[in-house]
Amino acid sequence: MKHNFFYHTGRYCILITEAFKRPDRDRVFWSHLFREFKNLGVDSIGIVAIISIFMGAVVAMQTAYNIDSPLIPMTMVGFTTRQSVILEFSPTIVSLILAGKVGSRIASEIGSMRVSEQIDALKIMGVNPPNFLILPKITAAMIINPALIIISIGIALFGGWLVAALTNLVTPQDYIEGLRFWFDGYTVFYAMVKTVVFAFIITSVSGYMGYYVEGGSLEVGTNSTKAVVYSSILIIVFNLILTQILLT
Amino acid sequence: MIEAKNISKSFGDNDVLKDISASFEPGKTNLIIGQSGSGKTVLMKCLVGLFDVDKGRVEYDGRNISDMSFKQKKDIRKELGMLFQGAALFDSMTVEQNVMFPLNMFSDKSYEEKLERVNFCLDRVDLENVNRLLPSELSGGMKKRVAIARAISMNPKYLFCDEPNSGLDPRTSGLIDDLISELTEEYQMTTVVNTHDMNSVLNIGDKIAYIYKGELWWEGNKHEILKTDNKELNDFVFSTELTKRLK
Repeated sequence: MKHNFFYHTGRYCILITEAFKRPDRDRVFWSHLFREFKNLGVDSIGIVAIISIFMGAVVAMQTAYNIDSPLIPMTMVGFTTRQSVILEFSPTIVSLILAGKVGSRIASEIGSMRVSEQIDALKIMGVNPPNFLILPKITAAMIINPALIIISIGIALFGGWLVAALTNLVTPQDYIEGLRFWFDGYTVFYAMVKTVVFAFIITSVSGYMGYYVEGGSLEVGTNSTKAVVYSSILIIVFNLILTQILLT
Repeated sequence: MIEAKNISKSFGDNDVLKDISASFEPGKTNLIIGQSGSGKTVLMKCLVGLFDVDKGRVEYDGRNISDMSFKQKKDIRKELGMLFQGAALFDSMTVEQNVMFPLNMFSDKSYEEKLERVNFCLDRVDLENVNRLLPSELSGGMKKRVAIARAISMNPKYLFCDEPNSGLDPRTSGLIDDLISELTEEYQMTTVVNTHDMNSVLNIGDKIAYIYKGELWWEGNKHEILKTDNKELNDFVFSTELTKRLK
């Protein structure tokens, strides 16, 4: 049956309301939360590190290539790399990557449970499935993703420094001086707010897409793909909205 | 006792259940039989509250679950055990964790007490040395047994089994049927089994409800079913060479 935007929005809101009820057993919730820290956070450090180091290096290179005027000091390379990485690249690009990695994992995990009747089994036992399955994932991602983004920022800035150290585009001293020039802590706060909102979007949308799978393994795959697509679109839309609210 | 009173359920224009009234008695193995697509799985899902009925009501010992709040339904579900068609064991948990799951969620027993109960339930379904295995390491019959052990871990008053024999060889099917029947008598549970396996019908059918095109077509027991002159039921029951010889 075809459903419209309002149907899905309403059903998503009901699901999230169910998810945010008090857990039946605190001890079970905490054990799930720590498991999700590992699944969603620790297991993502590798890909975040690889993307971040190349991202920082490329931003530093492109900035250096584009500074033609002798009036612009080379410290601008470090400054621009820092600002780009903190304001946009780490929180947004890394969140988009996580939407692919974590989002598809969540949707396929919950979707597989749906088609193999494990969610029905939970319901029959008197367990609240959205609360049991989705809340630990949302909570874990909203806590662990800011840590991932901080790591990403650090590694990206190191990537930029490697460019300075290994090429003649800019000296490491200029790069470091640029990094320290006119730093405003609010930019980090802005990045963290975006990250937490994006973490909620990734986990809740993917949880929704997995929870309401109808059919078999083919539909699990289809919904996992949709989870990534919808999460990515919402991240980009909320990126604009949050930037408008927080930076203007 | 579980009673379905005039229940109807539709999906879009498709009327799956039409004004069904039936009762399922405690201490007996109550079977719901019917052809594929006749509506028996939907009836079972209505009975356990996974589907809301469009009309009518379902009562558990006089308690109407159709009108219950989420909290009340949650409480009554703690008295329920269910064996799903595919066993529905949690993939990421070991056998022990699967059987212990309801106890972890709803009992205040110590770990040792819970483990004792888990081992008792696994022993009751004739499984040994499987505590540390994952569901993926079990055969189909073993999965069903673990699912039964999980279903009875909380001492349920009501046990539901959705096609417990599907995908099993005749011998294992018979063992699962016997186990369900024994447990029903032992714990005086109200057991409802959804099946189209004629061996099960003739082995354990203390009470049988035949569903035909969404309607309750016939009620009786395993002895009466062989003598019935109901045409649709006869077509269903005596559709194979083996059952024709019984006639």
